[in-house]
Amino acid sequence: MSEILIQLAYLLAAFLFITALRALSRPDSARRGMQLAAFGMAVAIMATLFQARIVSYEWIVVGAAVGAIAGYPLSLWVPMTAMPQRIALSHAFGALAATLVGIGEYIIGFSGGTLVRSTVAALGLEVFFGGVTVTGSLMAFGKLQEILPGRPVIFRGQNAINALLFAACCFCVVWLIVFPTHVVIFSVMVALAVLLGVLFVLPIGGADMPVVVSLLNSYAGLAAVATGFAIDNNILIIVGALDGLSGLILAIAMSKAMNRSFANVLFGAFGSTQAATAVETAAAGEMSPTTTENAALRLAYAARVIMVPGYGLAVSQAQHQMRELGDLIEKRGGDVRYAIHPVAGRMPGHMNVLLAEAGVPYDKLVDMDEINDRFVEADVAIVVGANDVVNPAARTNPASPIFGMPILKVEDAKSVLVLKRGKGKGFSGVENDLFIDPKTSMLFGDARQSLLDLALQVKVA
Amino acid sequence: MATMTVIQLFVFMLAGFVGVQTINRIPPLLHTPLMAATNAISGISLVASLVLAGSGESVLATILGTIAVACATANIVGGFLITDRMLSMFKRTQTAVTENSGSRVSSAGSSS
Repeated sequence: MSEILIQLAYLLAAFLFITALRALSRPDSARRGMQLAAFGMAVAIMATLFQARIVSYEWIVVGAAVGAIAGYPLSLWVPMTAMPQRIALSHAFGALAATLVGIGEYIIGFSGGTLVRSTVAALGLEVFFGGVTVTGSLMAFGKLQEILPGRPVIFRGQNAINALLFAACCFCVVWLIVFPTHVVIFSVMVALAVLLGVLFVLPIGGADMPVVVSLLNSYAGLAAVATGFAIDNNILIIVGALDGLSGLILAIAMSKAMNRSFANVLFGAFGSTQAATAVETAAAGEMSPTTTENAALRLAYAARVIMVPGYGLAVSQAQHQMRELGDLIEKRGGDVRYAIHPVAGRMPGHMNVLLAEAGVPYDKLVDMDEINDRFVEADVAIVVGANDVVNPAARTNPASPIFGMPILKVEDAKSVLVLKRGKGKGFSGVENDLFIDPKTSMLFGDARQSLLDLALQVKVA
Repeated sequence: MATMTVIQLFVFMLAGFVGVQTINRIPPLLHTPLMAATNAISGISLVASLVLAGSGESVLATILGTIAVACATANIVGGFLITDRMLSMFKRTQTAVTENSGSRVSSAGSSS
């Protein structure tokens, strides 16, 4: 097949990919769009097999077979709660592919004596971004999967060492542009990038993972862009740019939702909990506990109910119980909505997927900005396993460490029901004024069991 | 060679603008599928791995290429399947479809 036809196939694939991303702006068109993208992918791959540089196919078949066999269980058997780990792992895969291609192309160029400065610059960046992403993503995977300790690992001079490593990598890239054939420098850079990936994720705690996973998505995209420049392939540049920007946009959105500036995120200062120095400024007060019967009675006769799921809901695997309770309230004529905070899960949009899996229709899943004005009308707001994202101190108390963080305005609701395991503090260790608000009743116990009991009581109410 | 690189920079810039426009339109509701989708699509780096694995220029390059092919294929197969699996879970309320297709804002009317 001629080179032109291959390029036209890539053009078609690029068109279908962008169309697919546009289709993702609506849940009802998203699925069809992705199927078209898969078709585009198939066309691009088929066309590539006719490329003149490819002379033998046996290793391609071996690699593809192994990949397909590995990819299948990684997609169909992974539970939705494990989605962040799964995505982190696939970033590692994607970045490893880019890194190995970078190294391979460098070897071929070196032995053939065809290394040009612009190519080496691209290869250098490719291997740098790829290397950082591979180990960074594996670290993120380990933390999310709880193979590694989820708490931040911090040591003195951490940022200085990371900055030094980063500077050394930049220096290596520049060196390679000047002297493209210095293999040692190339190898050193690979090693440094891989090390940087480990050190960069080390100080980051489990709850900060949404930002990191998004950021690694962005780096994987940039590695693909660099690959495109290195081997003169436009579709890699296009897809890499889309991937890189998508990751960047999500990372910025996440850091905003977590009350951290993006610069703060980029330079690895996050994860170090400021809460340790937080002064207790919360107004003193008592939580008022309630019984399942009382709570259920209120829910059964409420006209408008807003459910506020937090990560604690996913931890106790209670999404189905929440949906069942919601269905029962709706059956009695109440209107039920689900308020989704951007960082309610462990990755962007995670809570939406978890509730959709439990069978909540997506038109009932409402984003924070949209639902915040509607808490005023709500008769009952049920907070399950959420703490910081509903803490009014974020808006009212400048001394609070979470001041400025966008929160769900649960305190505007006519009454609030909080399902909570115990009387302990949230992730950030901050007292929550919402819990001692006179209109708030606390229902202590395991979220899953509490929701089950509530549903039983609502049924007979 | 230099003009080629410049053209590629143009492609990069334009793709970047398209990306910002497109991705900003995607609601937070679908951010996890978006991530899975970009992952699947970025498996297009398979085309680079294929060339490396099949070029037969050196043993080391072939080995690296083969591993890269496996990684990229795993991302494509796994990525598209998992995105589809996730998107298939997003369903609209049965009654809302017949009532009014674009009524996410009207809070009172849509209870059934």
